[in-house]
Amino acid sequence: MSIVNRLLPIAILVAVVMFVRAPFVINNAPYESTMGLVQKIFYFHVPAAIMSFLSAFVCGIASIVYLVTRKRSADHVAVAAAELVVLFGLLVLVTGPLWARKAWGVWWQWEARLTMTLVLWMIFVAYMLLRRFGGAGSDVLAAAVGLFGMALVPFVYWSVNVWRTLHPTTNVVMSLPPEMLGPFAWTSSAFLVLYLVLLAVRVRLEATRAALEDAFLASED
Amino acid sequence: MTRLMRSMGLGLVMLLSAGAHTLAQNPQSEFVPVTPGAMQESIPAAPLVFAAYAFVWVALFAYIVLLWRRLTKVERELADLDGRLRSGKRP
Repeated sequence: MSIVNRLLPIAILVAVVMFVRAPFVINNAPYESTMGLVQKIFYFHVPAAIMSFLSAFVCGIASIVYLVTRKRSADHVAVAAAELVVLFGLLVLVTGPLWARKAWGVWWQWEARLTMTLVLWMIFVAYMLLRRFGGAGSDVLAAAVGLFGMALVPFVYWSVNVWRTLHPTTNVVMSLPPEMLGPFAWTSSAFLVLYLVLLAVRVRLEATRAALEDAFLASED
Repeated sequence: MTRLMRSMGLGLVMLLSAGAHTLAQNPQSEFVPVTPGAMQESIPAAPLVFAAYAFVWVALFAYIVLLWRRLTKVERELADLDGRLRSGKRP
């Protein structure tokens, strides 16, 4: 039994406990002085964004490994990570406008950070569509798309520091007071454990699908 | 003549901008009391916060359920195919 399979049940339990406890931890965090209650969306919105960036990097690196070595395990990781960019990116793109409606008075602004985040999400939606409908050779083309998506992440992250935007700058997290840093660390850790669990299970799905295909082809011989 | 007109034009521009600046800085001349009960949040925060957290929980739960169903389906098909291959039957 691989180490991933042995650790998976423990990781699932940890993720469940952390997520169940998260609302209580967030409730104990103080209100922010200018935004009040709505700022508490921060404790899910930012960790979801961090996981989507992390997953984009995982997809990009796995895509590079696949393009160089053509190892199927790398392709499985790339597909799994791309799907999780779509999932966590969707969480960001829904919770963000709900926060913006109160904080900025608008649901959406076509400013640098928001627009680039939407483009990043669409790139990985395109990756998944390519894998689903692209046919033969789509694995290599999708790997290139994954690489492009990974390259966009630093631009998305630094956009708030380079351009004048409505979105808070990257300094916000670095300068969190201890009363807010604790809950943020808790929810970020919960999201990280959840992400690793979902990645492991999704990779297993890809590997099992590949084994099913191989078994079917072997049965045809 | 040209110099005179230029000076007059400059003077006019300065006068107009001084007037605009003065208007902008005019303090409020009277206070108007608010109608009782009218002071409320234009955009209440609680429904937005609730919607955000509800969406996250529902989306994650839905994805986990779908992932689990996809995995069990594929594992079942693989086990079935393996069984058929071992017993010598063609699928």
